[in-house]
Amino acid sequence: MLIGLFNNWVVIVLMMSGLYIVIAQGNLIKKLVGLTIFQTSVFIFYISMAKVSGGSAPILDQEISVYSNPLPHVLILTAIVVGIATTALGLSLVVRIKESYGTIEEEEIQQQDNLQNQKENKVEVKE
Amino acid sequence: MINIVLLSLLVVVAIGIIRMKDLFAVVMLTGIYGLLSASFFVAMDAVDVAFTEAAVGAGISTLLMLVVITMTGRKEKATRHKPFAALFVVVITGGLLVYGTLDMPLFGSADAPIHNHVAPRYLNDSMQEIGIPNVVTSVLASYRAFDTFGEVVVIFTAGIGVLAMLFAHRRREEDEKLAAINDSMHEKHLVIRIVTKMLIPFILLFALYVQFHGDYGPGGGFQAGVIFSSAIVLYAMLFGLSAARRVVNQGFIQLMAAFGVLCYGCVGIASLLNGGNFFDYNVLSNDPVAGQHLGILLIEWGVGVTVASIMIIIFFSFAGRREIQQYVEQNKNKESV
Repeated sequence: MLIGLFNNWVVIVLMMSGLYIVIAQGNLIKKLVGLTIFQTSVFIFYISMAKVSGGSAPILDQEISVYSNPLPHVLILTAIVVGIATTALGLSLVVRIKESYGTIEEEEIQQQDNLQNQKENKVEVKE
Repeated sequence: MINIVLLSLLVVVAIGIIRMKDLFAVVMLTGIYGLLSASFFVAMDAVDVAFTEAAVGAGISTLLMLVVITMTGRKEKATRHKPFAALFVVVITGGLLVYGTLDMPLFGSADAPIHNHVAPRYLNDSMQEIGIPNVVTSVLASYRAFDTFGEVVVIFTAGIGVLAMLFAHRRREEDEKLAAINDSMHEKHLVIRIVTKMLIPFILLFALYVQFHGDYGPGGGFQAGVIFSSAIVLYAMLFGLSAARRVVNQGFIQLMAAFGVLCYGCVGIASLLNGGNFFDYNVLSNDPVAGQHLGILLIEWGVGVTVASIMIIIFFSFAGRREIQQYVEQNKNKESV
C-alpha cells in the first residue's frame, strides 16, 4: 500500500508546498511560482492515475496489447499550454503593479493602499 | 522505481523553492522542476504530455519569468510576520487529503474505475473510426475536439489580455533610438550568436516535423506551436527585439493568432454545413476515415498557428515593455547629469 499510494502522497506534499507559498510569502512572483508548483502537482496526479502497470504509451501497434489510459494525457496536455498562457497574464499584471506601486511585495502594496485611503477619507471629512 | 526517485527530487526542488530568497535562483529551480516533471511523465508513458511540459515548463515559462524579474528586481524581502497560521492551514488540508487517498485505487492497477469508462472505446475502436495510431491525437483532435477548441480560445484570450495589459504605443523616432540601443547591446556574445543562427533553421524544421507527425508519434499542434515560438524567442533574445520585429511583424503575428482560431472554428462549421454535428469530420469527405484525417490536419494546423503566435506575442509584449522602461530610465539619467 505504501508503494501504491506513494505517488498520491507526493502530489499532496507538492500541492501543499505550492499552497504554502501562495499564502505565506509576500512576493508576487514567488506567489506565481507557487501556483505553478500547485498546478504541476495536479498534472502529476492525473498522469499517475493514467498509468497501467506493464502498459505502454498509447500509440497503437500490432505487437502491444496493454496501453496506459490516453484520456488524462489529453486533458493535461492542453492544460499545460493553457497554464503558461494564464501565468503570462499573471506576470503582466505583476509588471503593471511594479510600474504603478514601485514594489511587488504584498505588504508594501497594502501599506500604500491604506495611506491612500486615509488621505481620501480626510479630504471627504473636510468637504 | 525511477518514478520514486524523480518524485523525491521534485519534493526536494519544491522545498528549495520555498526557502530561497533570490528570485533568480527560484526561477532556475522552477525550470529544473519542469524538466523533472517532464521526465516523470515519460516514465508514466505520457510521451505527448512530457513533450509539452519540456517545451513549456523548462523552456518558455522560465524565460518569461526571467524577463519579468529583470523588470521587477531579483531580491525578495523577508516577511516579518510568522507563517504559523499558513502552516496550520496547509498541514490540516494536507492531512485531510491524505485521509482521502486511503481508499483510492493503487498505483498502476488495471481495474481502477478510470480505466473502465471511455478509455477502452478509445483504445479498441479509434483505429477503425479515426485511422491514426496516436490515440492521444485522435482523442484530442476528434473525440474531444470541442473541448480542445475551448482551450485554444482560452489561450487566445490570455494572449489578448497580455497585449491589452502591456501594449505601449511609441513614435517612430523613439523606435529608431531604441533599435540603436538594442543593436549596441547585442553586439557582444559573438559565439552564441553564430551558434544560434545555425540552430534556428533546425528548430523551425523540427517544429514542422512535430506538427505534421503528430498523428503517428508524440507531437501535435500544441507542442509544435511552443517549439516554433521558442526559435523566434531565441532570435529575439540574441539579436534584439527590433531585429526580431523586422523578421516577424507584430501586426502579422496578431492576425495569425486570430486566423488559427478561425481556421479551427471553420472546420466545425464546415461539418455542420455538410449535415453532420459540430466537429464531426466524417462528413467532410466521401470516405469517413479520409474526412477524419482532413479534419485533424486542419484543426492541428489551427492549434499550432494560434499557440505559436500567442507565445510570440506574449514574449514580444514583455520584452517591449522592458525596452521602454530602460529607455525612460536612460533619459532620466541624462537629465540628472
